Amino acid sequence: MDRQDIEISDLRRITELVKEQYRYDFTNYAMSSFRRRILRIMELYKFGSADLLIKRLKDDKSFFDEFISEITVNVTEMFRDPSFWRELRDNVIPNILLNHNTISIWHAGCSSGEEVFSMAILLKEMGILNKAKIIATDIDKVILDKAKLGHYSMKNMELNEKNYIRFEGKGSFKDYFTEQNGKAVMDKTLIDNVSFREHDLVQGVVFNKFDLILCRNVMIYFNQNLQNEVLKKHHESLFKYGYLVIGSKESLIWCEIANKFIVVNNEEKVYKKIKD
Amino acid sequence: MSRFNLDNKYKAIVIGGSAGSFQGITQILSALPADFSLPIILCLHRLKHVRNGFVEALSIKSIKPVVEPYDKEGIKKGKVYLAPANYHLCIELGNTFSLSTEEMYNNSRPSIDITLDTAAYTFKDKLIGILLSGANRDGALGMKRIKDRGGLTIIQDPEECMIDTMPNAAKNLTEIDYTLKVKEIIQFLVELDKLYFK
Repeated sequence: MDRQDIEISDLRRITELVKEQYRYDFTNYAMSSFRRRILRIMELYKFGSADLLIKRLKDDKSFFDEFISEITVNVTEMFRDPSFWRELRDNVIPNILLNHNTISIWHAGCSSGEEVFSMAILLKEMGILNKAKIIATDIDKVILDKAKLGHYSMKNMELNEKNYIRFEGKGSFKDYFTEQNGKAVMDKTLIDNVSFREHDLVQGVVFNKFDLILCRNVMIYFNQNLQNEVLKKHHESLFKYGYLVIGSKESLIWCEIANKFIVVNNEEKVYKKIKD
Repeated sequence: MSRFNLDNKYKAIVIGGSAGSFQGITQILSALPADFSLPIILCLHRLKHVRNGFVEALSIKSIKPVVEPYDKEGIKKGKVYLAPANYHLCIELGNTFSLSTEEMYNNSRPSIDITLDTAAYTFKDKLIGILLSGANRDGALGMKRIKDRGGLTIIQDPEECMIDTMPNAAKNLTEIDYTLKVKEIIQFLVELDKLYFK
Protein backbone atom coordinates (compact mmCIF):
# COMPACT_ATOMS: atom_id res chain seq x y z
CA MET A 1 0.00 0.00 0.00
CA ASP A 2 3.01 2.25 0.44
CA ARG A 3 4.08 3.45 -2.94
CA GLN A 4 1.61 2.57 -5.62
CA ASP A 5 -2.01 3.11 -6.34
CA ILE A 6 -4.26 1.63 -8.97
CA GLU A 7 -7.24 3.02 -10.81
CA ILE A 8 -10.62 1.32 -11.10
CA SER A 9 -10.23 0.85 -14.85
CA ASP A 10 -7.14 -1.29 -14.24
CA LEU A 11 -8.93 -3.33 -11.58
CA ARG A 12 -11.70 -4.00 -14.12
CA ARG A 13 -9.15 -5.13 -16.71
CA ILE A 14 -7.76 -7.60 -14.20
CA THR A 15 -11.15 -9.05 -13.24
CA GLU A 16 -12.12 -9.34 -16.91
CA LEU A 17 -8.96 -11.18 -17.83
CA VAL A 18 -9.25 -13.55 -14.89
CA LYS A 19 -12.87 -14.26 -15.74
CA GLU A 20 -12.17 -14.91 -19.37
CA GLN A 21 -8.98 -16.88 -19.06
CA TYR A 22 -9.38 -18.67 -15.73
CA ARG A 23 -13.16 -18.74 -15.20
CA TYR A 24 -12.98 -17.15 -11.76
CA ASP A 25 -15.29 -14.21 -11.25
CA PHE A 26 -14.08 -11.39 -9.01
CA THR A 27 -16.24 -8.69 -10.60
CA ASN A 28 -18.54 -8.56 -7.60
CA TYR A 29 -15.87 -8.55 -4.93
CA ALA A 30 -15.84 -5.54 -2.60
CA MET A 31 -13.66 -3.07 -4.43
CA SER A 32 -12.00 -1.57 -1.33
CA SER A 33 -10.37 -4.82 -0.27
CA PHE A 34 -9.88 -6.26 -3.77
CA ARG A 35 -7.88 -3.16 -4.67
CA ARG A 36 -5.63 -3.60 -1.66
CA ARG A 37 -5.08 -7.28 -2.42
CA ILE A 38 -4.02 -6.35 -5.96
CA LEU A 39 -1.68 -3.66 -4.62
CA ARG A 40 -0.27 -6.24 -2.23
CA ILE A 41 0.44 -8.66 -5.08
CA MET A 42 2.07 -5.87 -7.08
CA GLU A 43 4.29 -5.11 -4.12
CA LEU A 44 5.14 -8.76 -3.32
CA TYR A 45 6.00 -9.63 -6.92
CA LYS A 46 7.47 -6.22 -7.69
CA PHE A 47 5.12 -5.41 -10.55
CA GLY A 48 5.72 -1.73 -11.18
CA SER A 49 2.39 -1.32 -12.94
CA ALA A 50 -0.97 -3.00 -13.48
CA ASP A 51 0.12 -3.78 -17.04
CA LEU A 52 2.97 -5.97 -15.79
CA LEU A 53 0.62 -7.92 -13.54
CA ILE A 54 -1.84 -8.36 -16.39
CA LYS A 55 0.92 -9.58 -18.70
CA ARG A 56 2.06 -12.16 -16.15
CA LEU A 57 -1.51 -13.39 -15.67
CA LYS A 58 -1.87 -13.73 -19.42
CA ASP A 59 1.41 -15.49 -20.07
CA ASP A 60 2.00 -17.62 -17.00
CA LYS A 61 -0.76 -20.04 -16.04
CA SER A 62 1.23 -21.43 -13.13
CA PHE A 63 1.21 -17.99 -11.56
CA PHE A 64 -2.56 -18.08 -11.21
CA ASP A 65 -2.66 -20.37 -8.13
CA GLU A 66 -0.38 -17.94 -6.35
CA PHE A 67 -2.60 -15.09 -7.49
CA ILE A 68 -5.70 -16.75 -6.01
CA SER A 69 -3.82 -17.35 -2.78
CA GLU A 70 -2.90 -13.72 -2.44
CA ILE A 71 -6.29 -12.35 -3.49
CA THR A 72 -8.10 -14.24 -0.77
CA VAL A 73 -7.64 -13.04 2.78
CA ASN A 74 -6.33 -15.85 4.93
CA VAL A 75 -5.96 -14.19 8.29
CA THR A 76 -7.88 -16.01 10.96
CA GLU A 77 -7.55 -17.32 14.47
CA MET A 78 -8.83 -20.27 16.50
CA PHE A 79 -11.92 -19.54 18.58
CA ARG A 80 -12.23 -16.03 17.14
CA ASP A 81 -15.04 -14.40 19.17
CA PRO A 82 -14.95 -16.87 22.08
CA SER A 83 -18.49 -15.94 23.13
CA PHE A 84 -19.72 -17.24 19.77
CA TRP A 85 -18.08 -20.61 20.35
CA ARG A 86 -19.71 -20.80 23.79
CA GLU A 87 -23.08 -20.13 22.15
CA LEU A 88 -22.38 -22.92 19.69
CA ARG A 89 -21.47 -25.38 22.44
CA ASP A 90 -24.13 -24.40 24.95
CA ASN A 91 -27.13 -23.77 22.67
CA VAL A 92 -26.84 -24.31 18.93
CA ILE A 93 -25.31 -27.79 18.82
CA PRO A 94 -27.38 -29.20 21.72
CA ASN A 95 -30.46 -27.96 19.85
CA ILE A 96 -29.47 -29.71 16.65
CA LEU A 97 -28.81 -32.93 18.56
CA LEU A 98 -32.27 -32.86 20.12
CA ASN A 99 -33.64 -34.13 16.84
CA HIS A 100 -30.71 -35.93 15.24
CA ASN A 101 -28.07 -38.43 16.23
CA THR A 102 -25.55 -36.91 13.88
CA ILE A 103 -24.61 -33.42 12.83
CA SER A 104 -23.43 -32.21 9.45
CA ILE A 105 -21.33 -29.06 9.33
CA TRP A 106 -19.99 -26.97 6.46
CA HIS A 107 -17.14 -24.53 6.93
CA ALA A 108 -17.68 -22.34 3.88
CA GLY A 109 -14.39 -20.53 3.26
CA CYS A 110 -12.29 -22.45 5.77
CA SER A 111 -9.00 -20.74 4.96
CA SER A 112 -6.01 -22.22 6.83
CA GLY A 113 -8.27 -24.38 8.98
CA GLU A 114 -8.21 -22.63 12.36
CA GLU A 115 -11.98 -22.63 12.55
CA VAL A 116 -12.17 -26.30 11.59
CA PHE A 117 -9.78 -27.25 14.38
CA SER A 118 -11.72 -25.05 16.80
CA MET A 119 -14.90 -26.90 15.87
CA ALA A 120 -13.24 -30.29 16.20
CA ILE A 121 -11.90 -29.40 19.64
CA LEU A 122 -15.34 -28.17 20.71
CA LEU A 123 -17.03 -31.34 19.46
CA LYS A 124 -14.41 -33.56 21.05
CA GLU A 125 -14.93 -31.85 24.40
CA MET A 126 -18.67 -32.40 24.02
CA GLY A 127 -17.96 -36.07 23.34
CA ILE A 128 -19.61 -35.99 19.92
CA LEU A 129 -16.75 -35.62 17.47
CA ASN A 130 -17.54 -39.07 16.04
CA LYS A 131 -21.13 -37.99 15.37
CA ALA A 132 -20.07 -35.09 13.19
CA LYS A 133 -19.61 -35.04 9.44
CA ILE A 134 -17.63 -31.95 8.54
CA ILE A 135 -16.93 -30.50 5.13
CA ALA A 136 -14.47 -27.64 4.85
CA THR A 137 -14.15 -25.77 1.56
CA ASP A 138 -12.12 -22.93 0.16
CA ILE A 139 -11.45 -21.39 -3.23
CA ASP A 140 -7.70 -21.52 -2.59
CA LYS A 141 -5.94 -24.88 -3.15
CA VAL A 142 -2.75 -23.77 -1.46
CA ILE A 143 -4.51 -22.79 1.74
CA LEU A 144 -6.52 -26.02 1.80
CA ASP A 145 -3.27 -27.98 1.86
CA LYS A 146 -2.18 -25.85 4.76
CA ALA A 147 -5.43 -26.53 6.58
CA LYS A 148 -5.03 -30.30 6.07
CA LEU A 149 -1.49 -30.14 7.35
CA GLY A 150 -2.49 -28.34 10.56
CA HIS A 151 0.82 -26.64 11.25
CA TYR A 152 0.67 -23.18 12.79
CA SER A 153 3.21 -20.70 14.04
CA MET A 154 3.78 -20.76 17.78
CA LYS A 155 3.26 -17.01 17.85
CA ASN A 156 -0.33 -17.44 16.64
CA MET A 157 -0.88 -20.20 19.17
CA GLU A 158 -0.54 -17.68 22.00
CA LEU A 159 -3.57 -15.80 20.71
CA ASN A 160 -5.39 -19.04 19.94
CA GLU A 161 -4.81 -20.23 23.50
CA LYS A 162 -6.09 -16.95 24.94
CA ASN A 163 -9.24 -17.34 22.87
CA TYR A 164 -9.59 -20.95 24.01
CA ILE A 165 -9.37 -19.86 27.63
CA ARG A 166 -12.04 -17.20 27.05
CA PHE A 167 -14.13 -19.86 25.35
CA GLU A 168 -13.83 -21.77 28.64
CA GLY A 169 -12.70 -25.00 27.04
CA LYS A 170 -12.80 -28.05 29.28
CA GLY A 171 -9.26 -29.19 28.76
CA SER A 172 -5.86 -27.68 28.33
CA PHE A 173 -5.26 -26.14 24.92
CA LYS A 174 -1.79 -27.67 24.86
CA ASP A 175 -3.35 -31.13 24.71
CA TYR A 176 -4.31 -30.50 21.09
CA PHE A 177 -0.91 -29.87 19.57
CA THR A 178 2.75 -30.63 19.95
CA GLU A 179 5.61 -28.27 19.32
CA GLN A 180 7.95 -29.48 16.58
CA ASN A 181 10.77 -27.36 15.16
CA GLY A 182 9.19 -24.16 16.42
CA LYS A 183 5.80 -25.00 14.88
CA ALA A 184 2.58 -26.11 16.47
CA VAL A 185 1.55 -29.42 14.95
CA MET A 186 -2.12 -30.07 15.55
CA ASP A 187 -3.44 -33.46 16.64
CA LYS A 188 -4.47 -34.89 13.28
CA THR A 189 -7.08 -37.25 14.77
CA LEU A 190 -9.18 -34.13 15.33
CA ILE A 191 -9.79 -33.83 11.60
CA ASP A 192 -10.24 -37.52 10.75
CA ASN A 193 -13.90 -36.83 9.94
CA VAL A 194 -13.25 -33.68 7.98
CA SER A 195 -13.37 -33.64 4.22
CA PHE A 196 -11.49 -30.72 2.66
CA ARG A 197 -12.60 -29.66 -0.81
CA GLU A 198 -11.85 -26.96 -3.30
CA HIS A 199 -15.01 -24.92 -3.83
CA ASP A 200 -15.80 -21.43 -5.08
CA LEU A 201 -18.75 -19.90 -3.23
CA VAL A 202 -19.42 -17.61 -6.17
CA GLN A 203 -19.64 -20.11 -9.02
CA GLY A 204 -19.88 -23.39 -7.17
CA VAL A 205 -23.17 -25.29 -7.09
CA VAL A 206 -25.12 -26.49 -4.07
CA PHE A 207 -23.53 -29.87 -3.30
CA ASN A 208 -25.07 -31.04 -0.05
CA LYS A 209 -27.39 -30.23 2.85
CA PHE A 210 -26.21 -29.32 6.32
CA ASP A 211 -27.43 -28.77 9.86
CA LEU A 212 -24.95 -25.97 10.39
CA ILE A 213 -23.07 -23.66 8.04
CA LEU A 214 -20.28 -21.41 9.25
CA CYS A 215 -19.42 -18.63 6.86
CA ARG A 216 -17.88 -16.03 9.10
CA ASN A 217 -16.07 -13.02 7.68
CA VAL A 218 -16.04 -14.49 4.19
CA MET A 219 -18.82 -12.57 2.49
CA ILE A 220 -17.42 -9.24 3.72
CA TYR A 221 -15.16 -9.46 0.67
CA PHE A 222 -18.18 -9.51 -1.65
CA ASN A 223 -20.44 -6.67 -2.71
CA GLN A 224 -24.09 -6.74 -1.75
CA ASN A 225 -25.31 -8.36 -4.97
CA LEU A 226 -22.90 -11.20 -4.60
CA GLN A 227 -23.70 -11.60 -0.91
CA ASN A 228 -27.32 -12.02 -1.95
CA GLU A 229 -26.47 -14.75 -4.45
CA VAL A 230 -24.22 -16.62 -2.05
CA LEU A 231 -26.78 -16.41 0.74
CA LYS A 232 -29.38 -17.99 -1.53
CA LYS A 233 -27.04 -20.94 -2.01
CA HIS A 234 -26.41 -21.14 1.73
CA HIS A 235 -30.15 -21.20 2.28
CA GLU A 236 -30.50 -24.03 -0.21
CA SER A 237 -27.65 -25.91 1.43
CA LEU A 238 -29.35 -25.94 4.82
CA PHE A 239 -31.95 -28.39 6.09
CA LYS A 240 -35.08 -26.69 7.32
CA TYR A 241 -34.35 -25.49 10.87
CA GLY A 242 -30.64 -25.65 10.15
CA TYR A 243 -28.33 -22.89 11.36
CA LEU A 244 -26.27 -20.30 9.50
CA VAL A 245 -23.56 -18.34 11.26
CA ILE A 246 -21.90 -15.23 9.85
CA GLY A 247 -19.29 -12.83 11.25
CA SER A 248 -20.05 -10.63 14.25
CA LYS A 249 -20.33 -7.47 12.12
CA GLU A 250 -22.12 -9.02 9.17
CA SER A 251 -25.87 -8.90 8.78
CA LEU A 252 -28.65 -10.61 6.85
CA ILE A 253 -30.89 -7.52 7.12
CA TRP A 254 -30.30 -6.38 3.57
CA CYS A 255 -30.49 -9.71 1.82
CA GLU A 256 -33.49 -10.78 -0.24
CA ILE A 257 -34.09 -13.99 1.66
CA ALA A 258 -33.82 -12.49 5.14
CA ASN A 259 -37.43 -13.49 5.80
CA LYS A 260 -36.55 -17.16 5.42
CA PHE A 261 -34.39 -16.98 8.52
CA ILE A 262 -34.96 -15.97 12.11
CA VAL A 263 -32.34 -14.50 14.37
CA VAL A 264 -31.36 -16.95 17.08
CA ASN A 265 -28.60 -14.83 18.60
CA ASN A 266 -28.05 -11.35 17.24
CA GLU A 267 -24.85 -10.66 19.13
CA GLU A 268 -23.19 -13.80 17.72
CA LYS A 269 -25.01 -13.65 14.37
CA VAL A 270 -26.62 -17.06 14.54
CA TYR A 271 -29.58 -17.50 12.18
CA LYS A 272 -32.02 -20.36 11.73
CA LYS A 273 -33.67 -21.31 8.45
CA ILE A 274 -37.43 -21.43 8.98
CA LYS A 275 -38.75 -21.49 5.41
CA ASP A 276 -37.73 -23.42 2.32
CA MET B 1 -14.39 36.30 8.52
CA SER B 2 -13.42 32.82 9.46
CA ARG B 3 -9.75 32.00 9.87
CA PHE B 4 -10.49 28.81 7.97
CA ASN B 5 -10.90 28.46 4.26
CA LEU B 6 -14.25 26.68 4.39
CA ASP B 7 -16.19 24.95 1.66
CA ASN B 8 -19.41 22.96 1.61
CA LYS B 9 -18.18 20.45 -0.97
CA TYR B 10 -17.16 17.93 1.70
CA LYS B 11 -19.10 14.68 2.04
CA ALA B 12 -17.47 13.07 5.07
CA ILE B 13 -15.04 13.52 7.94
CA VAL B 14 -12.67 10.78 9.06
CA ILE B 15 -10.96 11.01 12.43
CA GLY B 16 -8.03 8.80 13.44
CA GLY B 17 -6.67 8.52 16.96
CA SER B 18 -4.65 6.30 19.22
CA ALA B 19 -3.02 6.61 22.62
CA GLY B 20 -4.10 9.86 24.26
CA SER B 21 -6.90 10.62 21.83
CA PHE B 22 -9.93 9.47 23.80
CA GLN B 23 -10.38 12.75 25.65
CA GLY B 24 -10.03 14.80 22.47
CA ILE B 25 -12.57 12.64 20.67
CA THR B 26 -15.13 12.90 23.44
CA GLN B 27 -14.62 16.69 23.62
CA ILE B 28 -15.28 16.96 19.91
CA LEU B 29 -18.30 14.65 19.96
CA SER B 30 -19.83 16.48 22.92
CA ALA B 31 -19.42 19.96 21.45
CA LEU B 32 -20.85 19.50 17.95
CA PRO B 33 -24.30 20.82 17.04
CA ALA B 34 -26.91 18.11 17.63
CA ASP B 35 -27.88 18.19 13.96
CA PHE B 36 -24.32 18.13 12.60
CA SER B 37 -24.61 17.39 8.88
CA LEU B 38 -21.66 15.36 7.71
CA PRO B 39 -21.04 11.73 8.58
CA ILE B 40 -18.14 11.33 10.99
CA ILE B 41 -16.13 8.12 10.71
CA LEU B 42 -13.89 7.29 13.65
CA CYS B 43 -11.00 4.89 13.44
CA LEU B 44 -9.45 4.59 16.88
CA HIS B 45 -6.94 2.02 18.05
CA ARG B 46 -8.64 -0.26 20.52
CA LEU B 47 -8.30 -3.63 22.17
CA LYS B 48 -8.70 -6.31 19.53
CA HIS B 49 -10.61 -8.79 21.64
CA VAL B 50 -12.99 -6.53 23.49
CA ARG B 51 -16.06 -6.12 21.32
CA ASN B 52 -18.27 -4.27 23.77
CA GLY B 53 -17.97 -1.15 25.88
CA PHE B 54 -16.02 1.25 23.71
CA VAL B 55 -18.88 2.46 21.56
CA GLU B 56 -20.99 2.90 24.69
CA ALA B 57 -18.24 4.91 26.40
CA LEU B 58 -18.02 7.23 23.40
CA SER B 59 -21.78 7.54 23.12
CA ILE B 60 -22.23 8.76 26.70
CA LYS B 61 -20.55 12.07 25.93
CA SER B 62 -21.50 12.37 22.30
CA ILE B 63 -24.26 14.60 20.91
CA LYS B 64 -25.57 11.56 19.07
CA PRO B 65 -25.08 7.83 19.45
CA VAL B 66 -21.90 6.37 18.02
CA VAL B 67 -22.50 3.19 16.06
CA GLU B 68 -20.26 0.40 14.81
CA PRO B 69 -21.41 -0.17 11.24
CA TYR B 70 -22.25 -3.54 9.81
CA ASP B 71 -20.53 -4.72 6.68
CA LYS B 72 -22.09 -3.01 3.58
CA GLU B 73 -24.11 -0.60 5.72
CA GLY B 74 -24.78 2.66 3.87
CA ILE B 75 -23.01 5.81 5.09
CA LYS B 76 -25.68 8.28 6.17
CA LYS B 77 -25.54 12.01 6.78
CA GLY B 78 -25.26 13.14 10.34
CA LYS B 79 -24.22 9.79 11.76
CA VAL B 80 -21.15 8.99 13.83
CA TYR B 81 -19.49 5.66 13.06
CA LEU B 82 -16.73 3.77 14.85
CA ALA B 83 -14.47 1.06 13.40
CA PRO B 84 -15.38 -2.21 15.19
CA ALA B 85 -12.84 -4.23 17.18
CA ASN B 86 -10.60 -6.60 15.21
CA TYR B 87 -11.86 -5.45 11.78
CA HIS B 88 -10.50 -2.92 9.34
CA LEU B 89 -13.14 -0.37 8.40
CA CYS B 90 -13.06 0.42 4.67
CA ILE B 91 -15.13 2.81 2.62
CA GLU B 92 -16.55 1.16 -0.45
CA LEU B 93 -17.38 2.84 -3.74
CA GLY B 94 -21.07 3.67 -3.62
CA ASN B 95 -20.80 5.05 -0.09
CA THR B 96 -21.12 1.93 1.99
CA PHE B 97 -18.81 0.51 4.60
CA SER B 98 -16.93 -2.69 3.98
CA LEU B 99 -15.20 -4.61 6.73
CA SER B 100 -12.07 -6.68 6.43
CA THR B 101 -10.16 -9.12 8.63
CA GLU B 102 -7.01 -8.91 6.54
CA GLU B 103 -3.50 -8.63 8.04
CA MET B 104 -2.85 -6.06 10.72
CA TYR B 105 -1.40 -2.88 9.32
CA ASN B 106 1.01 -0.83 11.47
CA ASN B 107 0.34 -3.50 14.09
CA SER B 108 -3.26 -2.39 14.12
CA ARG B 109 -6.67 -3.76 13.20
CA PRO B 110 -8.52 -1.48 12.73
CA SER B 111 -5.77 0.45 10.99
CA ILE B 112 -6.25 4.19 10.54
CA ASP B 113 -4.25 4.12 7.29
CA ILE B 114 -6.70 1.66 5.76
CA THR B 115 -9.78 3.68 6.74
CA LEU B 116 -8.25 6.95 5.52
CA ASP B 117 -6.90 5.43 2.32
CA THR B 118 -10.19 3.81 1.31
CA ALA B 119 -12.13 6.94 2.28
CA ALA B 120 -9.81 9.06 0.12
CA TYR B 121 -10.29 6.64 -2.78
CA THR B 122 -14.08 6.98 -2.55
CA PHE B 123 -14.56 10.62 -1.51
CA LYS B 124 -11.50 12.08 -3.29
CA ASP B 125 -11.37 15.86 -2.71
CA LYS B 126 -14.60 15.78 -0.72
CA LEU B 127 -13.02 14.33 2.40
CA ILE B 128 -11.64 15.87 5.57
CA GLY B 129 -9.09 13.83 7.52
CA ILE B 130 -8.31 14.63 11.14
CA LEU B 131 -5.49 12.88 12.99
CA LEU B 132 -5.20 13.12 16.78
CA SER B 133 -2.74 12.02 19.46
CA GLY B 134 -1.07 8.62 19.10
CA ALA B 135 2.09 6.64 19.71
CA ASN B 136 2.75 5.07 16.32
CA ARG B 137 2.85 6.05 12.66
CA ASP B 138 -0.56 4.71 11.66
CA GLY B 139 -2.56 7.35 9.80
CA ALA B 140 0.38 9.21 8.28
CA LEU B 141 0.15 7.45 4.93
CA GLY B 142 -3.62 7.73 4.97
CA MET B 143 -3.33 11.49 5.44
CA LYS B 144 -0.99 11.60 2.47
CA ARG B 145 -3.57 9.71 0.40
CA ILE B 146 -6.23 12.27 1.39
CA LYS B 147 -3.94 15.13 0.41
CA ASP B 148 -2.92 13.44 -2.86
CA ARG B 149 -6.58 13.15 -3.84
CA GLY B 150 -7.33 16.75 -3.02
CA GLY B 151 -8.93 16.40 0.41
CA LEU B 152 -8.32 18.51 3.50
CA THR B 153 -5.90 17.45 6.25
CA ILE B 154 -5.95 18.50 9.90
CA ILE B 155 -3.74 17.30 12.73
CA GLN B 156 -4.08 17.90 16.42
CA ASP B 157 -1.39 20.35 17.51
CA PRO B 158 1.52 18.11 18.61
CA GLU B 159 2.09 20.53 21.52
CA GLU B 160 -1.30 19.59 22.88
CA CYS B 161 -1.05 15.85 22.21
CA MET B 162 -0.40 13.46 25.04
CA ILE B 163 1.74 11.54 22.55
CA ASP B 164 2.73 13.45 19.43
CA THR B 165 4.25 10.65 17.30
CA MET B 166 1.20 10.18 15.12
CA PRO B 167 0.48 13.79 14.10
CA ASN B 168 4.19 14.43 13.64
CA ALA B 169 4.56 11.39 11.38
CA ALA B 170 1.74 12.74 9.20
CA LYS B 171 3.30 16.20 9.15
CA ASN B 172 6.60 14.73 7.99
CA LEU B 173 4.98 12.75 5.19
CA THR B 174 2.51 15.16 3.67
CA GLU B 175 1.16 18.67 3.60
CA ILE B 176 -1.13 19.46 6.52
CA ASP B 177 -3.72 22.18 5.97
CA TYR B 178 -4.37 22.99 9.61
CA THR B 179 -2.57 22.21 12.85
CA LEU B 180 -5.16 22.81 15.55
CA LYS B 181 -5.88 22.33 19.22
CA VAL B 182 -9.01 20.31 20.02
CA LYS B 183 -10.93 23.51 20.79
CA GLU B 184 -10.02 24.88 17.38
CA ILE B 185 -10.98 21.63 15.67
CA ILE B 186 -14.41 22.01 17.28
CA GLN B 187 -14.57 25.62 16.10
CA PHE B 188 -13.64 24.49 12.60
CA LEU B 189 -16.35 21.83 12.52
CA VAL B 190 -19.00 24.17 13.93
CA GLU B 191 -18.21 26.82 11.33
CA LEU B 192 -18.08 24.24 8.56
CA ASP B 193 -21.47 22.89 9.56
CA LYS B 194 -23.05 26.33 9.10
CA LEU B 195 -22.34 26.09 5.37
CA TYR B 196 -24.67 23.13 5.00
CA PHE B 197 -28.35 23.90 4.54
CA LYS B 198 -30.40 22.10 7.09
